[in-house]
Amino acid sequence: MIGDSARTIRLGLKSLMLHKLRSTLTTAGILFGVASVIAMLAVGEGASDESLQRFRALGVTNILLRSTRPPDTQQSTQQSSFQAMAFGLLYSEARRIKNTLPEATVVQVREVPRNVTHGENFKSTIVVGTEPLFLDVANMSIGEGRWLTDTDVLHQSNACVLGASLARTLFPLENPIDQTILAGAEDRFRVVGVLKGQGRAAGPAGTTYDECVFTAISSSRRRFGDEIRTSSGGSFKNERVELHEIKVRVESEQQVQPAAAVLREMLDPAHKQLADLEITVPLELLRDQERQKRMFNLVLAVIASISLLVGGIGIMNVMLATVTERTREIGIRRALGAKKKNIVFQFLVEAAVLSALGGVVGVALGMIVPWGITEFFAQKTIIRPFHVALSFSISAFVGVVFGIYPAWRAANMDPVEALRHE
Amino acid sequence: MDTNAGLQATASDAVDNRRPIAEFRSVHRHYVMGDNVVKALNGVSVQVREGDYLAIMGRSGSGKSTMLNILGCLDRPTSGQYLVGGRDVSQLDDDALSDVRGREIGFIFQSFNLIPQLTVLENLEVPLFYQNRVGPESRAKAEKLASRVGLGGRLMHKPMELSGGQQQRVAIARALMNDPLFLLADEATGNLDSNTEREILDLMDELRQEGVTIVIVTHNPKVAERADRVLWLKDGVVESLTETERGKSHGASA
Ligand SMILES: Nc1ncnc2c1ncn2[C@@H]1O[C@H](COP(=O)(O)OP(=O)(O)O)[C@@H](O)[C@H]1O
Ligand SMILES: [Mg+2]
Repeated sequence: MIGDSARTIRLGLKSLMLHKLRSTLTTAGILFGVASVIAMLAVGEGASDESLQRFRALGVTNILLRSTRPPDTQQSTQQSSFQAMAFGLLYSEARRIKNTLPEATVVQVREVPRNVTHGENFKSTIVVGTEPLFLDVANMSIGEGRWLTDTDVLHQSNACVLGASLARTLFPLENPIDQTILAGAEDRFRVVGVLKGQGRAAGPAGTTYDECVFTAISSSRRRFGDEIRTSSGGSFKNERVELHEIKVRVESEQQVQPAAAVLREMLDPAHKQLADLEITVPLELLRDQERQKRMFNLVLAVIASISLLVGGIGIMNVMLATVTERTREIGIRRALGAKKKNIVFQFLVEAAVLSALGGVVGVALGMIVPWGITEFFAQKTIIRPFHVALSFSISAFVGVVFGIYPAWRAANMDPVEALRHE
Repeated sequence: MDTNAGLQATASDAVDNRRPIAEFRSVHRHYVMGDNVVKALNGVSVQVREGDYLAIMGRSGSGKSTMLNILGCLDRPTSGQYLVGGRDVSQLDDDALSDVRGREIGFIFQSFNLIPQLTVLENLEVPLFYQNRVGPESRAKAEKLASRVGLGGRLMHKPMELSGGQQQRVAIARALMNDPLFLLADEATGNLDSNTEREILDLMDELRQEGVTIVIVTHNPKVAERADRVLWLKDGVVESLTETERGKSHGASA
C-alpha cells in the first residue's frame, strides 16, 4: 500500500507536470498564504518575545514607581536657573509605602548623573544610590567582590559597586576591586564589587544598569544632596528630586494588582497635578502584551484562513478542470478495473501534492523573509518549528479538502460516458 | 418476449465441452427517455466459449455499443443474466464489477486509449495496479508482452511517440496483462489504415491460435470474416448468428 501511494504521488506529479504553468499559478495562492503566515508569525513571535523579555527583566512581581520630569510648562521655563524645580517621589512616601505594604520589599533609588573617572578612563553615567535589597528586586547578581550592605547605608560609606560594562570601561586591564573612582569633581568612591553582566536588563532612562555605578542611598544623599544640577544643551537646570524610583516587590503575582491599586490610590492625588509620577506594573504590561499577541494571532488566523481559502478555491478550480480534461483517462482507468475509491484517491493525492508543493515553497519563502527582516531591519524574528509544521500540514490539508469535490466528481462519472468523452 | 431464445447457444456444435466464458441469457437493456422506453437490447442470448472468436455486427443503432458495454461490465442489464466464467454478474455492485473488469476482461478500444502521460511500461501496468499486483513480476510480464506484440524496445516511450498501429499493439498487450478470460475489442481497427489494420488483425489471429478468446464489435466485414462466428444485431435482438468460412474450417480442424 505504501508503494501504491508512492506510485500515486509520482503519478500525480507527472500529471501536474503536463501543465507546469497552470500548476505553478495554482500553487501561488497556497504558497503566499503559507509564506505570509510563517513570516508574520515569526515577526510577531520575535517582537513579543523581545517585549516579554523586557517585561520579565523588570520583574513580574514588581511595581515600579518613577519620578518623571513634569512636562515643560511656562512655570518651569520662566523659572530662573538658580531656583530648583522640585518634583517626584519623596522619602516620606517611601516610608508610607513601607508601612502600608509591610509584606512588600520596598527599595528606594536615587539616580545622579555624573562623570565617573579613573585615571585616564571616564564615562558619563549615573550614580545609583540605593539599598541592599535592590539587587534582589532588580534581579541582578554580583560578579566579583561584594554588594552594598546595611552597614554601608548606616555609615554613608564610600563603597561603590560597578556595573559590568562600566567596570570594563574604567578598568580595562586592572582589577577594579579596592580601587578608587571619582564621581564628578570631588566625590571619591572605593570599588567593593562588580555586578554580573545583565545584557538587556532595564535601567534608568537611556542606560542600562550595566553602565551604572551603585552606592548606598545615604552616601548619595550626603555627597550629592537632593538638588541635582543637570546641563542640557548648554544651559543648566537645577532639579530637586528626593527619590527617582521606588521599586516595590510583592510576594506573588496575585498580590501585584491589589498592591498596584493601593499604591495608585495613595500616590496619584499628590502627583496628579504635576504629572511627575509614572507607575509601571510589568505584570500588567505582560498581560497586555499577551492579550495583544492573542489578538495578533487571531488576526493572523483570519488572514491565513482567507488566503488558504483563496488558495484552496484555486486548487479546486484547477482540479475541476483537470478532471474534465482527463475524463477519458478516468474512463480508461475504470475500464481497466479502477474502483471509485481508486479514482477518488488518485485525484485527492494530486490535489494534495499540488497544494503541498505550494506549501513547501511557501515554507521556504516564509523562512527567508524573517531572515531578511532580521538581517536588514535588525528586527528580532523567531521561527517556531511548530508553526512551520502547522502551516505546511494545513496547506496539504487544504488541498485534500478542496480536492474532495473534484475527486468525487471524477469517481462518479459513468465509465461508459467517460470513455466516449473526446 | 424472448424471440431469440431459439438461437441460443451455437449453430453447429452438437456437444461443446469448452469452458463457458461469457453468456447472455435473455438480456434486456432499456433506456427510459421521458415517456419513451428505448429497448436497446431486447432479449439477447448468446454463449461464448473458451477459444471462441465472435464478431458482433449490426447497423448503427442496432445495440452493438450497448451489448459491448454490458459484455465489458461497464453497464448492467435491465433484466436477464450475464455470466462471466459461469458467474452471474448482472446484479453486482460498482466495486465488484470493477473487479470483474480488472480480472477477467481485456479491453481493446477503437482509439487505443492509452494514458498519454504514462510510458508504455506504465500503461501496461495499469490493470495490475488496481489489483495491487505491480512489482518486479508485473514488469517482467509487461516486457514479455511488449516483445510479444513487437514493441520490446519501446517500454520507456510515451504513446504520442508511437504510430497508431504501435499504440494499438500496446493496447493489446495491456489487455493481456491481467490474463483475462476474453478480449473485448470495440472496432479495434477503425482508426487504422488498411495495412496496419491487417497487421493488427493478424496479431489477433495469432492470439486466437494461442487460445485467447476474442469478442469484437465491428461493422467492417473484413474484420468480421476473421472471426469464427458473426452475431448480427437488429433493433436490439439477434437477427442471426452464423459461422464464417473460417469458423467452419476451425470447427472441422478442432
Ligand atoms: N445512454 C443512452 N440513453 C438513451 N438511449 C440510448 C443510450 N445509449 C444508446 N441508446 C439507444 O439505444 C439504441 C442502441 O444504441 P447503441 O447500442 O449505441 O447502438 P450501436 O452501437 O449499434 O449504434 C439506440 O437507439 C440508441 O439511441
Ligand atoms: Mg455504437
